[in-house]
Amino acid sequence: MPTVSMTVNGRAVTGDVEGRTLLVQFLRENLHLTGTHVGCDTSQCGACVVHVDGESVKSCTMLALQADGAEVTTIEGLAKNGDLHPVQAAFREHHGLQCGFCTPGMVMSAVDLLKKNPNPDEGEIREWLEGNICRCTGYHNIVKAIQSAAADMKG
Amino acid sequence: MPDTGIGASVRRTEDFRFLTGQGRYTDDINRPGQVHAHFVRSPHAHAKIKSVDTAAAGKAPGVLAVFTGADMAADNVGSLPCGWVVTDRHGDPHKAPAHFPLARDKVRYVGDHVAVVIAQTYVQAKEAGEQVTVDYEELPAIASSAKAMDSGAPQVHDEASGNLCYDWVLGDEAEADAAFAKAHHVTRIDLVNNRLIPNAMEPRAAIGEYDGGTGSYTLYSTSQNPHLLKLILCAFVLGLSENKLRVIAPDVGGGFGSKIFCYAEETVCTWAAKKVGAPVKWTAERSESFTSDAHGRDHITHAELAMDKDGKFLGMKVQTTANLGAYLSSFATSVPTYLYATLLAGQYTTPVIFANVKAVFTNTAPVDAYRGAGRPEATYVVERLVEVAAREMKLDPAEIRRRNFIQPDQFPYQTPVALQYDIGNYGQSMDKALEMIDYQGFPERRKASEAKGKLRGIGFSAYIEACGIAPSAVVGSLGAGVGLWESAQVRFNATGSVSIFTGSHSHGQGHETTFAQLVSETLGIPMENVEIVHGDTGSIPMGMGTYGSRSLAVGGSAIAKACDKIIEKSRKIAAHLMEASVEDVEFDKGTFRVAGTDKEKSIAEIAFTAYVPHNYPADLEPGLDETAFYDPLNFTYPAGVHICEVEIEPSTGETKIVDWVAVDDFGKIINPMVVEGQVHGGIAQGVGQALLENCVYDLESGQLLTGSYMDYCMPRADNLPSFRVGMTQTACTHNPLGVKGCGEAGAIAAPAATINAITDALGILSMDMPATSEKVWRLANQHAQAAE
Ligand code: FES
Ligand code: FES
Repeated sequence: MPTVSMTVNGRAVTGDVEGRTLLVQFLRENLHLTGTHVGCDTSQCGACVVHVDGESVKSCTMLALQADGAEVTTIEGLAKNGDLHPVQAAFREHHGLQCGFCTPGMVMSAVDLLKKNPNPDEGEIREWLEGNICRCTGYHNIVKAIQSAAADMKG
Repeated sequence: MPDTGIGASVRRTEDFRFLTGQGRYTDDINRPGQVHAHFVRSPHAHAKIKSVDTAAAGKAPGVLAVFTGADMAADNVGSLPCGWVVTDRHGDPHKAPAHFPLARDKVRYVGDHVAVVIAQTYVQAKEAGEQVTVDYEELPAIASSAKAMDSGAPQVHDEASGNLCYDWVLGDEAEADAAFAKAHHVTRIDLVNNRLIPNAMEPRAAIGEYDGGTGSYTLYSTSQNPHLLKLILCAFVLGLSENKLRVIAPDVGGGFGSKIFCYAEETVCTWAAKKVGAPVKWTAERSESFTSDAHGRDHITHAELAMDKDGKFLGMKVQTTANLGAYLSSFATSVPTYLYATLLAGQYTTPVIFANVKAVFTNTAPVDAYRGAGRPEATYVVERLVEVAAREMKLDPAEIRRRNFIQPDQFPYQTPVALQYDIGNYGQSMDKALEMIDYQGFPERRKASEAKGKLRGIGFSAYIEACGIAPSAVVGSLGAGVGLWESAQVRFNATGSVSIFTGSHSHGQGHETTFAQLVSETLGIPMENVEIVHGDTGSIPMGMGTYGSRSLAVGGSAIAKACDKIIEKSRKIAAHLMEASVEDVEFDKGTFRVAGTDKEKSIAEIAFTAYVPHNYPADLEPGLDETAFYDPLNFTYPAGVHICEVEIEPSTGETKIVDWVAVDDFGKIINPMVVEGQVHGGIAQGVGQALLENCVYDLESGQLLTGSYMDYCMPRADNLPSFRVGMTQTACTHNPLGVKGCGEAGAIAAPAATINAITDALGILSMDMPATSEKVWRLANQHAQAAE
């Protein structure tokens, strides 16, 4: 079995994987980082979004081996020293989550949006979220949370 | 102390773990030595199983066992039961064909379970599954409920001739005919309530485990009602004593009804754990969710409304064919009957109503409760009918509703379809909604849209629902196989914190916050000292779970009752400590006081005394731990008015929802933020049904054509607007909290409001859901041609 090495949430990790092992499987099964979720088998729900070298990626759509040598951040690595990232804090403040299943992917996706576009309007947020499905919230409060995080992050 | 009491939008306690990736859903759990299950499913909608050859799969790498229906039969595993007996119009019970967890002689829908392969890894199990050879004799399939009763239609079950599960009536047909005979005008509509796939984002999952030392089982399951699942599995399916199965439903990623039921997969995992001597885990792939989660809706209806010359409703007749799928899911029979036809009065004084429901089997996945369960179907019938009636009578849609509303002084109001509404003020919700949407300004807005070449429409939905199904004695007389109470245990710990054990289950509703607010205010202790425990039959005494918007109205009322018992016992201890008589001890905000003195004791001090009873009333048990059961006196009746405004681009058929106003009366509200979130989510699901979602089976082959997110269109963020939510309030008269429930309202109200708006924009009377761009484009262009 091939070996894969990468940095996950600042920690160097190595593991044996099959060629077909997906990044999300490596995170969940080898590293027990179960915050990254799997909600579909067609790469559409976005529950699995993580950052690979700073870009949001659907980790069900990437092989673990493709992430060899990469810098990966999962939802578990977003809060620093117990302090929520402004996007996490805004999701809580604005009730942007209900069952929490889509939330890790939503948050990781939103963080990437705000990096690329620190000042998105409502339409841009809704369009960016096309690849993330939430069945609970109707998106209303997710959009509000992202708008408010954008304002907070500008300080 | 920050305001955490009833009525405060307290931020949720549960969010921290979900936001930091520390939620614990079933698939996140791994048990020592666990092995993995993969289900071999039928590729055919209808076929005889001539033989199943498992030899090759059994020898594949990593495989521990392959089981078929014959193995389960040899162990006397029973059929998955349907828990509600519907009595048909001739007085006979509904047809209840067996539904075995693994099929025995026939498969009846694509995705039906044929065998299970259990291996060291999931990949091994799945690969070995391909080596299970099933010899099928294909049979003609019936996927259309419209044709299921035709003579010569393929028969799904031998014991249900004509595929009829039941032919059921409610109301008096002769009286209805008499009312129609006097009508000035009769409005008639035909409509389809499209079939939906629930799609909670967390796929179903289960881990079955057997402890040979004690002979007991544990099941981790994505369940909305672990106690009920335990009861069904033990008493009806596996033949276990109830003390030998513990069901744990940890964090659950949404349910919307689809996780109420007792499914084949969790049954098999539990049973197989003993057979293979290891915990057996299964997690659905999304494609399995599409084929084998219980689906929702799927009605075909003809409805008629008789009116006098002023648009006053004189009578209603409704004829519905409901598709129940291939087998009866746990509560399938109740949905198109007692949860549907009983709501056909809506918010109106229609004096006579007659409903006839024919429920049929087809070669499609089982259909059961999905957010709203019957009530969205009823509201869609009533509110489409009323809207079309307004257009035909040339009455304003708000005005025709107002003329027929049950008035505030008419409560309690007995409808002609069995329910007694306790309270409401429908006109008030209508007024508020009209004001919020600026109804007066609509003609101007329509003109502005027309100037841009767009079509604008406005649509109303004045919905009502019946929540917190109860009381047990009444539902029992209607055929329910269970009681519909809820239980709660309130346990003070010696040092003043409180643990609440509730039979309600949270899978997104925020109980850990809302229930803690309720307890904090009732007992006068800080919210952070209250812990809410749910979802484990090993720690919670009893429970009926969460569905039908019942958690606060029934589960919360049970908590309130248990808190009352705590206060009454504490009062005795306080009286003893303060040397006063019990009658003189008052309780307010966590403190017991002797009236007219400055003597006082906090409830935390009383709790300590209860567990360290050195100075204690002689006739009182130590401890401060009370359990209560609450069986409601009636349903609750949340109601409201939603108004949707759309703008259509006629050249593309694209429908944009430009405004949405929801005015709901949920009675008293504990956490407005959580309630609004429930409304948003419900509307999104209702709009999804109206614009995008549609479960389609090929009518010839019975193949599911919408089996992935490529084909089944889920609402995305850019399909939806922001919503404007307003509230009115009449307190429920019969539960201690005055609450009604809010989880389903949006999904109930939204489809009719959306379709009423689109048909208004297009200048037509009716169209079927979903109103996809293609359909709207065709209608818009027909309309344009007709106008030329
Ligand atoms: S799991 Fe659905 S997109 Fe990755
Ligand atoms: S919060 Fe449940 S799916 Fe988004």
